[in-house]
Amino acid sequence: MTSSDNTNDTAKGETPEGPVPAMQRVLDNPFLLLFLGVTVPAVLYIIWGVMEVASVPIGN
Amino acid sequence: MAITPPSNRLWWKEPIQAVELGWIILAFLWGLFMFFFMIAWHFIGDQNLSNETYRVTPEGFEEKVVAFAEEFQKIGADGAPVEEDGVPVVAPPEGGDVYMLARLWEFWPILELKNGVAYRFHLSSTDWQHGFSLQPTNINISVHPGYEHVFTLTPTSSGDFGVVCNEYCGIGHHTMTGRIRVVD
Amino acid sequence: MTSIDQGAVPVGGVQASYRTCRFTGLRVEANAELLIKVNAVTAVIFLLIGGLMGLLVALTRWPAIQLLPAEWFYLVLTGHGANVLLFWILFFEIAVLYFAGAILLGARLAAPKFAWLAFILMLAGALMANYAVLRGDSSVMFTSYPPMMASHWFYLSLIIFAVGALLAVIIFFATLVVAKAENTYNGSVPLVTFGAITAAIIAVFTLASGAIILIPTWLWSVGLISGIDSLMYKVIWWGMGHSSQQINVAAHVAIWYAIAAMVLGAKPLSEKVSRMAFLMYILFLQLASAHHLLAEPGLSSTWKIVNTSYMMYLAVLGSLIHGLTVPGAIEAAQRRNGFNRGWFEWLTKAPWGNPAFSGMFMSLVMFGFIGGISGVVLGTEQLNVLMHNTIYVPGHFHGTVVAGTTLAFMAVTYLLVPLLFGRDIIWPTIAKWQPYFFGFGAAGISLFMMGAGTLGVARRHWDLSLTDAAHGYEFPAAAYLMMGLNGLAAILAAVGGVMFILVIVGSILAGPRLDRPGATMTFPLHDKSREAVAEYGSEIHPKLPGTIVLVTIFFAAFVLYYFVNWKYLSELWLFN
Repeated sequence: MTSSDNTNDTAKGETPEGPVPAMQRVLDNPFLLLFLGVTVPAVLYIIWGVMEVASVPIGN
Repeated sequence: MAITPPSNRLWWKEPIQAVELGWIILAFLWGLFMFFFMIAWHFIGDQNLSNETYRVTPEGFEEKVVAFAEEFQKIGADGAPVEEDGVPVVAPPEGGDVYMLARLWEFWPILELKNGVAYRFHLSSTDWQHGFSLQPTNINISVHPGYEHVFTLTPTSSGDFGVVCNEYCGIGHHTMTGRIRVVD
Repeated sequence: MTSIDQGAVPVGGVQASYRTCRFTGLRVEANAELLIKVNAVTAVIFLLIGGLMGLLVALTRWPAIQLLPAEWFYLVLTGHGANVLLFWILFFEIAVLYFAGAILLGARLAAPKFAWLAFILMLAGALMANYAVLRGDSSVMFTSYPPMMASHWFYLSLIIFAVGALLAVIIFFATLVVAKAENTYNGSVPLVTFGAITAAIIAVFTLASGAIILIPTWLWSVGLISGIDSLMYKVIWWGMGHSSQQINVAAHVAIWYAIAAMVLGAKPLSEKVSRMAFLMYILFLQLASAHHLLAEPGLSSTWKIVNTSYMMYLAVLGSLIHGLTVPGAIEAAQRRNGFNRGWFEWLTKAPWGNPAFSGMFMSLVMFGFIGGISGVVLGTEQLNVLMHNTIYVPGHFHGTVVAGTTLAFMAVTYLLVPLLFGRDIIWPTIAKWQPYFFGFGAAGISLFMMGAGTLGVARRHWDLSLTDAAHGYEFPAAAYLMMGLNGLAAILAAVGGVMFILVIVGSILAGPRLDRPGATMTFPLHDKSREAVAEYGSEIHPKLPGTIVLVTIFFAAFVLYYFVNWKYLSELWLFN
């Protein structure tokens, strides 16, 4: 495990066995997943929910 | 193995086995069914919690409830206003607006409704969050201060029903109840 | 004899010392190992405190006993929630993250000094929270809904705890970067690590939501903000409250895979399928915080339906996938191990006397059947009105968090103690029975509370008989029976809990050392030499009849219970 192909192949998406499929590269990228995993619920649950609560009309 | 990196460097390219694929499809379809069933029930079902809601002040809501109770309090055979456990029994007109408030530690007032009639129910709290839990029917709705929740409610059975608070609201939480009576 | 690199191996200029585990062959870095041990031990201490509080709660809700007076009951219930749902679970999960990020990747833990800071913040927060609750002026339940107000120490403690946990999660991500940069592994991370990544991502959302809502609430409690809108609070708080439990789901699923691999040599049926299932968790699991807002005013049905369904049940699909692939991997491995007769020999001849396996498998079955099914039903927009805030809700989540997560965490501890503390498990007979006591106790707690909830019994409620109530109401006799049975089940679970504590503490302090030459584990790992024999590649389509039967039974139960509840709903008064 010395000058390994790890950093090289991720950068180019190439391995000795061939290119890494796009979806696998997504799953292999924890920071992309982190971004998605925080953004999706932040928008669909929190922001949307807060907007709904904020727009409850005033009664008499 | 699950504790070692996948031995196949390009694991994405491995084919999915039939049993897995079959289960995924079945589970996915079941999920879609459950999703659309919730939507469908809004059209085919008679139990959907409305979200008609208005911002109110606790004092303002209390005034409305008190006015409602005074207007429609039941008068007994002896001509005196009817009370139970010290609380007015209110019999609103059929199909009209019904008001109930939740506060530390009671639901007020007691309501007398007619079986099979749809009422426009207004629910709110004048202090903390409470839980309107109608028993034994088992209808459970959250009650917030500052929010007047309006929904249509139609009793389908007669008798005495309890309202038990099921949102923890302090030391008196387990003494907080209300009552709804349904007459035929 | 484990080999310890006495001289540090300079990698990228950073000094770190490693040893190689003679049982698993994994390269274990010293800082990672120590921090895992410290977090795990701390977790178990809070499990003990929180578990004891839980027993007191159950014995109070048993009407015939009603052990604690009302004020103490609400105090202890608040403490129980915080100690087990937050402190036990998150301390243990940090240990799991460090294990999956450092040990499984053969890497050094990034920034150990910050990991220690994270630990100290978490510990300080947890102790402060217990102090706040024991003062008596913070009996607001773990949910602390405004306008009900706790002492400001309560909110501050949770903020400090959350900051510490967030720091630990960041260290986990940093460790992944270090491992990649220092080339400690080849290719993709192991599946268990991917599950841990899932848990960590959910943790970031969880803790950020917590900070966003608890900081203003704390400021309110010290008088710097005039009020907190109760509905707004609820929406944001549950972004932390329910999501914190979804961290658990990702973590315990990862642990199921880990135990299956280490004890049985099980290999994932398909890395692609299992990882995609985790992806569903990453994207959609947190939406289900909306489960707690289905009975509220002010939120539209659209918001409720989209969120409560985890986006068209895609995250539930993730769980259902794991529900097949975990037992499927076990069946495939067992058949390869020689247990190939009939449909179920792989299961009947599985190592049920090994507490790591029995705890893991019971956790799987109970999480699915009891916790999972009840959760989907409870989280259905209209069905929720049948059960919101009844004791059905704690019934559901004791099925997921106790029979599911806690039992799985207990199971993996039977592996962590020998592997990290170098001590074999003592009192193996007690250890063998422990998961059954705890598991069946937890299952009973769940089922009986669910039963009581369908009869209308309220949660967080001191007096079923409503003795001092404004207007009397009589619950049916069956409700009293349910709460009594719940009490008995709680005692059984508590016994299982005590057994666990005794065995684990005893083993750590006095278990036979495993670094002696020729020492073997009482509950051994899978014989690695057999793993080399059959790769999945040589068996393209492993036959899995037993697993197919299990998931079929599960699916049938699910569908049936789902429709039964719609029937109940349709018999209620009409409302719209």
